[in-house]
Amino acid sequence: MLDSKDRIFDNLYGFEPWNLASAKLRGDWDNTKDILLKGREKITEEVISSGLRGRGGAGFSTGVKWTFMPKEPTGKTHYLVVNADESEPGTCKDREILRNEPHKLLEGCVIACAAMGAQVCYIYIRGEFINERYILESALKEAYDDGLVGKNACGSGLDIEIFIHHGAGAYICGEETALLESLEGKKGMPRLKPPFPAAAGLYGCPTTVNNVESIAVVPTILRRGSSWFSGIGRENNTGTKIFCISGHVNTPCNIEEEMGIPLKDLIEKHAGGVIGGWDNLLAVIPGGSSVPMIPKDICDEVLMDFDSLQAVKSGLGTAAVIVMDKSTDLIKAISRISYFYKHESCGQCTPCREGTGWLWEMMEKMARGEAKKDDIDTLLSLTKRIEGHTICALGDAAAWPIQGLIRHFRHHIEDRIDQYQKESNQNYG
Amino acid sequence: MTVRRLADNQDIKFKFDNQDLKFLNSLLENYPKDKKQSAVVPSLFYAQRKAGGWLPEKAILAVSDFLDMPKIRVLEIATFYSMFNLQPSGDHFVQVCGTTPCWLRGAENIKKACKDYIGQEREVSKDGLCWIEVECLGACVNAPMIQINDDYYEDLDYESTVKILKDIKNKKNIIKGSQIGRKSSEPLERD
Repeated sequence: MLDSKDRIFDNLYGFEPWNLASAKLRGDWDNTKDILLKGREKITEEVISSGLRGRGGAGFSTGVKWTFMPKEPTGKTHYLVVNADESEPGTCKDREILRNEPHKLLEGCVIACAAMGAQVCYIYIRGEFINERYILESALKEAYDDGLVGKNACGSGLDIEIFIHHGAGAYICGEETALLESLEGKKGMPRLKPPFPAAAGLYGCPTTVNNVESIAVVPTILRRGSSWFSGIGRENNTGTKIFCISGHVNTPCNIEEEMGIPLKDLIEKHAGGVIGGWDNLLAVIPGGSSVPMIPKDICDEVLMDFDSLQAVKSGLGTAAVIVMDKSTDLIKAISRISYFYKHESCGQCTPCREGTGWLWEMMEKMARGEAKKDDIDTLLSLTKRIEGHTICALGDAAAWPIQGLIRHFRHHIEDRIDQYQKESNQNYG
Repeated sequence: MTVRRLADNQDIKFKFDNQDLKFLNSLLENYPKDKKQSAVVPSLFYAQRKAGGWLPEKAILAVSDFLDMPKIRVLEIATFYSMFNLQPSGDHFVQVCGTTPCWLRGAENIKKACKDYIGQEREVSKDGLCWIEVECLGACVNAPMIQINDDYYEDLDYESTVKILKDIKNKKNIIKGSQIGRKSSEPLERD
């Protein structure tokens, strides 16, 4: 378990004020100038050696991502864009950072800009987080008034501007290139890659997009040293992580824990255990709605980090743990996720636009049992025809939950079909 | 994808006054001078507030004039993003999260409370309430939850939802956020 002295987000729950004075007491903005004066290479090296992997879902090394930015000035503005469009079902960690620890994020933005030679940072916050945006805007004003952001930020000689932009309700804008399109005032439709944003991103300029949590942990890493961060967790899966535990647990909560904590410990120690006890557990979606579910026998042992969950054909994603006990109609639960993807498909690629609708309709039939057992294979083959055939990962994200359901709970679907057949035979037989 | 169209009844006046233009111009300062289009979502959002919670065609046109954008470019933004209401949505617009994490903790009961105390989905009641089911609002450990206008109401059940709706009808003050006394998303034993 994470020692309280190793916690990064001391004010995750907002028991203390978010404002600058309070944040400074917690250690934020403490001699940021010295960190900035270390220079690009040193800062980036430190973040790479800390082992920090992107907290938005994909788990790519944050520091390495920064090195993709041009080393020399290109005559264009270089941008950092922070992805605060948190909308993955199950995930609600960035919201707490935005409203309770905004200065950690803002300080992280300044440091990250310095590390990649960016002059301008946009924070793209989801439209529904209206009060969170007001807090972030006020925090940003405090930071400007205190000389921490803007011309000669923190007295470092660097000019770093931060702006806040908001969306208006589109899950797809969490995809980095869709987010850039949206920020340019267009529909949030993902771009074909390459070119990658580091070459041609916002307004065609070099851009890096990072998740809120990835950026917000950077100041602490640089203050306490990369070896402190990499000493927490397991090899290649280092540091602390905010887990969001929702669904059938006694005390749903957000909690910062070390990477690689056993799933069972996470649920029992922090979320009050599964409702009705551990043996009442049916399945867990361990990383937000996009990743395949895992059944109880895997949950007994699995560790919560990128590599451990990948080894059981699931993923850490955003570390949003959705717990489902034995009362859950699993088929209906996944069908509701399928509806989500149908609703949120941007409509650009045919396999996704049409396929997500078909997936949902077939899942609704499966939930009623109004299907043939062959249809399960048809459904599975449909998911394979969407997966990997679209510009962005929304198609994959729509396919994986269904594949996870069929992989582990095919018998549930078959039983439902049998039951439906039996009932209709009784009615008409 | 969802098909979204402009309202049939467009009988409403809409024009930006000087104060509106002052605010809209301040939005433009966030973007490079030649990238006014970036302000389209915040501008539409502002226009929606001014029009009383929805976007009539005249508001969309006003934004397209202000940003020098072709009407179709603004129209496609208004129909693409789900927070833009193309139909009137009442004074108290209730968005019920129905996605799986909320569904697991009883979002169906919250929808029932809305049906019982407001009426059919999308219809504005005579008290100015209107509800719709929406996708994940990002407060999953506080499920089930609703958003009314700007504010989140969390850790709900049927009774507490009914109480909130009744208090709105009776113009009483309502507590925002968690309805079981949580500060935010810390673990708390529920009765």
